[in-house]
Amino acid sequence: MSTVVETHDHGHHGPAKGLTRWLYTTNHKDIGTLYLWFSCLMLFIGGSMAMVIRAELFQPGLQIVEPEFFNQMTTNHGLIMVFGVIMPAFVGLANWMLPMQIGAPDMALPRLNNLSFWLLPMAFGILISTLFMPEGGPNFGWTFYAPLSTTYAPSTVNYFIFSVHIMGISSILGSINIITTIFNMRAPGMTLMKMPLFVWSWLITAYLLIAVMPVLAGVVTMMLMDINFGTSFFNAGGGGDPVLFQHVFWFFGHPEVYIMILPAFGIASHIIETFSRKPIFGYTSMVYAMSSIAILSFVVWAHHMFTVGMPLAGELFFMYSTMLIAIPTGVKVFNWIATMYRGSITFETPMLFAIAFVALFTIGGFSGLMLAIVPADFQYHDTYFVVAHFHYVLVPGSLFGIIAGVYYWLPKWTGNMYDETLGQLHFWLTFISVNLTFFPMHFVGLAGMPRRYPDYALQFADFNMVISVGAFLFGITQLLLVFIVIKSIRAGKKAKPEVWEGAGELGLEWTLESPAPYHTFTVQPQVK
Amino acid sequence: MAYLSKFSFKFYQIIFLILPATLLGEAADYNMSVGVTEVSREIFDLHMLIFWVCVWIGVVVFGIMFWSLWKYRKSKGAVAADFDDNFWLEIGWTVAATLILVVIAVPSTQVMVKAYDDAEGEINIMVTGHQWKWHYKYLEDDISFFSNLSTDPEQIYNKMPKGEFYLKEVDEPLVIPINKRIRFLITGNDVIHSWWVPDFAVKQDAIPGFINTAWTNVPEPGIYRGNCTELCGIRHAFMPVVVRAVEQEEYDAWVVEKVMLAEQEKLLTSKEWTTEELFERGEGFYQTNCVACHQVNGQGIPPVFPALEGSQITLNDAPRQIEILMEGVQGAAMASYAGYSEVDIAAVITYTRQAWSNGENGDGVIVTPQDIVAYKNKTEL
Repeated sequence: MSTVVETHDHGHHGPAKGLTRWLYTTNHKDIGTLYLWFSCLMLFIGGSMAMVIRAELFQPGLQIVEPEFFNQMTTNHGLIMVFGVIMPAFVGLANWMLPMQIGAPDMALPRLNNLSFWLLPMAFGILISTLFMPEGGPNFGWTFYAPLSTTYAPSTVNYFIFSVHIMGISSILGSINIITTIFNMRAPGMTLMKMPLFVWSWLITAYLLIAVMPVLAGVVTMMLMDINFGTSFFNAGGGGDPVLFQHVFWFFGHPEVYIMILPAFGIASHIIETFSRKPIFGYTSMVYAMSSIAILSFVVWAHHMFTVGMPLAGELFFMYSTMLIAIPTGVKVFNWIATMYRGSITFETPMLFAIAFVALFTIGGFSGLMLAIVPADFQYHDTYFVVAHFHYVLVPGSLFGIIAGVYYWLPKWTGNMYDETLGQLHFWLTFISVNLTFFPMHFVGLAGMPRRYPDYALQFADFNMVISVGAFLFGITQLLLVFIVIKSIRAGKKAKPEVWEGAGELGLEWTLESPAPYHTFTVQPQVK
Repeated sequence: MAYLSKFSFKFYQIIFLILPATLLGEAADYNMSVGVTEVSREIFDLHMLIFWVCVWIGVVVFGIMFWSLWKYRKSKGAVAADFDDNFWLEIGWTVAATLILVVIAVPSTQVMVKAYDDAEGEINIMVTGHQWKWHYKYLEDDISFFSNLSTDPEQIYNKMPKGEFYLKEVDEPLVIPINKRIRFLITGNDVIHSWWVPDFAVKQDAIPGFINTAWTNVPEPGIYRGNCTELCGIRHAFMPVVVRAVEQEEYDAWVVEKVMLAEQEKLLTSKEWTTEELFERGEGFYQTNCVACHQVNGQGIPPVFPALEGSQITLNDAPRQIEILMEGVQGAAMASYAGYSEVDIAAVITYTRQAWSNGENGDGVIVTPQDIVAYKNKTEL
């Protein structure tokens, strides 16, 4: 992709000083930075909860926490990681990179952008504050199945509901902004089928968010009504149905799963083509594959519910539709490998994370295929096999995608290269510990250990100890990431505009100087 | 290990290479239970089939990927080729992926149809999930009982060594005869639970207000252990499932005995009970059913589980205490105990009103089985 960039001085538009810069900012780069640091903070809060869980499960018996607090930890760990880490991190990357990738000066709706970010600390402040209330926080799992989350919930569930509402508003506003930006602010000449794949992945993701966040808002509102206003949506005693909750929740929940992986697909595509020094193989099929995954995600939701007693035809329908998703996902993996084939490959930290992403996400995909098989799912359902599966797609999947993206674009943000030696160390420690943590979960799950158990039978003791050791190592290792990022912000080898060898050809962001000025593309570039 | 098939032996070897041998004690437990029923065996075979399909796809895909990474590394002087699309290759691997899925879908559908057969059973058992125990009711015979975790809390809190069946043992297992078609009608009393016995490959959610069905036909006598697999609150991990499958004659004898015991229980209601007798019986009931939440010393775990010692209800309000035991507390963890006998309920109420310092500080009202009968008569009108 060749471009013409007009440069002129924008030094007089520098950021405001002090705290107000961050409170009032409408600059896409500042807001991107806020999102990413918020996500980082939440990663350590949600991660600490995982450490409590793993400490308790280190040995059989109850030693560190009581089951009530354990349930609060599993619930909040899930909620924070999904809504507070993965999603904001992708929005942060979108804020930073989308305008720069499409040659726009900023997001289309900058004030809305500020609002969508600042809603998040409110939402998570409310959610986390419940942990300090006498009755404790939400304790019914991140999937909050009724009636455990309604009739039998602590009264703090109302805070949880409002917190989810606020998160939902934030996501919807952010998505509106992203769609508007992509459709209206692309540089002249950048047709839809010339857009970078990260932009494509976010366009699709934003549509998914707008489609399903209102469904989530609906389901928590029904809960609110059941709890406080005497309705019976989910109460069989009043003519409702607890299973209705699950249908509505997963109608949101399954597209949500792809919301958390599609942007990582985009990031991995850029990194693999950059470090293979060869353009992405099958661009068109990559776009169609992501679109197919998004459309299919609306008709597979009940594969989370194979044991609720659906009729045979329903079980078979959701089995087949789920298996279909393996096709576009497989196509993406094949395309990445075909991009590497006959390339000229180097192994900088972003590439290492991207390769690990492809390999380990595929393992998560395999276990996903196994889980789709209904009769086998009767044995897997709600065991650690499921926990292993979704952690493989979310940690070495989504999180590795985010970390890879951070390493890849960090020199563009800070103007300094990160410390490559520390980056490689961070990768290898993370890679080893992530597998040590999540691979044995397949074994304990198959052997029959149910999920969300604070205590377990003796046969699972050895693997659980290994899992806990892996988890502690994984947790500590992520402090290294923070250190590397801060080090790169403060000093380091100066980065060139293209940062990575040959990247100048691959996207508009690499035509800008490093660090990217506070305002970029105030005159639109031309894309040929 | 005796049941390891040809496939799982290979699996064993692979794992052995990956993990330190120290992890593999004699009870190496890393794969799905083969189980004992026809359905569970077919599901196991299906599981291994998909597993090996995934392994072979993985070997090919990762093989090509790592070979490319190695062969085309820049440090060896690789120069990037200039191609970025191939229509027939894209079509080719899409079709290949589809064909593999069809190969998996066919046997999966066959096993599914078999597992999901909901015809009447020769024996029909109603399984009800309660917070946090299972209730079994035999629809053809007048037998029903609760099945509680029997692991000593001292073991859970690491105050004594853990037994062999730690958290997988109950006071009264479900008993079924072998070689009979058993149908389970599964429901929940409060929240959603899920009844799982891996060796039967039966896992069905127990949903309040709805009845799900599952079936099994067990060919071998034995004790089969499982769990609750849907998060149901604080003691989710502490409501295991234990099923004892026995020969038909043994089963018949068991039924006769259970029916007889039930008759005797009924007679006990009309018996005149002394405070000491009630206290003694109530103490036993309390240890089995109440200590998990209200604790041996009656202090509970406030604010979730209130203390019974010094509570105004246990001291001075016997009618309210009866009501709580019979109806449960809406919106709290306290479930209804109305499914137990009048004697047990009266005994445990009397026990909690006499135990600890409550006997000295309270009104000393004794609750008898007749009081419970009176309550039932009053509320049923």
